[in-house]
Amino acid sequence: MENVRLIARLDIKAPNLVKGVQLEGLRKLGSPNDFAREYYRQGIDEILYMDIVASLYERNSILSLVEAATAEVFVPITVGGGIRSVFDVAKALRAGADKVAINTAAIKRPELLTEIARHFGSQCMVLSIEAKSTTPGRWEAYFDNGREHTGKDAVAWAREGEALGAGEILLTSVDHEGMAAGMDIALIRAVREAVTIPVIASGGVGSVDHLEAAVRKGGVRAVAMAHTLHYRHQSVGEIRAEAIRRGLNVRQVA
Amino acid sequence: MTPVTVIDYGVGNLLSVGRALSHCGAEVVFCSDPEGVVKAERLILPGVGAFAKGMAELDKRGLIPALREVAERGVPLLGICLGMQLLLETSDEFGTHTGLGLIPGRVVAIPPQGIDGSRHAIPHIGWNNLLLPGHRQGWKGSILERLPHGESVYFVHSFTAVPADPLHRLADCHYNGLVISAAIARDNLSGCQFHPEKSGERGLDILRAFLAL
Repeated sequence: MENVRLIARLDIKAPNLVKGVQLEGLRKLGSPNDFAREYYRQGIDEILYMDIVASLYERNSILSLVEAATAEVFVPITVGGGIRSVFDVAKALRAGADKVAINTAAIKRPELLTEIARHFGSQCMVLSIEAKSTTPGRWEAYFDNGREHTGKDAVAWAREGEALGAGEILLTSVDHEGMAAGMDIALIRAVREAVTIPVIASGGVGSVDHLEAAVRKGGVRAVAMAHTLHYRHQSVGEIRAEAIRRGLNVRQVA
Repeated sequence: MTPVTVIDYGVGNLLSVGRALSHCGAEVVFCSDPEGVVKAERLILPGVGAFAKGMAELDKRGLIPALREVAERGVPLLGICLGMQLLLETSDEFGTHTGLGLIPGRVVAIPPQGIDGSRHAIPHIGWNNLLLPGHRQGWKGSILERLPHGESVYFVHSFTAVPADPLHRLADCHYNGLVISAAIARDNLSGCQFHPEKSGERGLDILRAFLAL
């Protein structure tokens, strides 16, 4: 089986890397590419560049960040935030992104997923779902960094997204995001079981325990981390070594 | 600096491949015409997307005979992802399509279930270990010669190459018990299903080995 992917998530309010709690109350942490370069050096498997403001101006700045990163970071890069059209995807790929993550634009016009998959292949089309718990065992999809309702059930939206052409799902628990207190395992499991495409679990990793739970109980093979890496609680290497010690199948980096 | 020509045929993003090669000390030239391809000393055929579109784009630029000629002449050629699949004879992706036919074999969909009947995610996305096929002693003289056995590289694909001659399998990987062709080779021709330009430092070692072939 393929290895469990350890993914660094960079939430960006250009030109800064920022980090919030439940996607709110953002703190500036520094230059995103300094973090990206450091995580690459430490052996990260993949990097997400998420533009959380996504105005036209900001989007161009995030693409120049990505373009600069690809000269020295040789792992897959996903760009998300503010992508609304096939043309926007083409620009992101031309800047060196391997995949794009789309939330708002797909909620407003789901057929965009199909258009992108048809143009560039589903392998570069990541459906980003921000999920908030409503009642036990149910989650609603949100957009605009967890602020706007969609009325869509997150699990049903994942299934629909797969049918429309998404090749992967980035699943963020808004409730757990930035808390570093563990992931929403029930959410992860529900979405994982609803689709056959890979699911990247995001939101809540504060320790290898949380990563292990997402893999063993949630059933995913990819976990995104932000807080624990950005605040240097653990390096990628330390997380990897501990994951290997626990028998999790992650990439061995010499 | 080793000159290398990256074929630009409108299929996928070449920036990453070009940047990784430059980082490895290559002098990178992008080329989309048959004259440039025929003159190249070393060629990379990249590509992402559907097989039929890839062949159509090569054909539109008159690149198919040029590629066959350089392959015949012994010029080192590395196909990456779709570029590797195009080296084979046929593909079943959205109907049956003819490839370059430089390595005997075909391209088929990754079966949806493992040998034990359990389902797995398609596309196969992520880091997987390169394994030595049974018939091989090692990777000496190939693009993988600088790699220890079992290193991981980054894959993204839904279709997989099945060389007709198992001797053309350079490396395999296992996906839910299925054996998937990770790299293929025949004389001066090599192909990797994975993305060396996105596989960290070990991926760069593969590109360096190709530049030194």
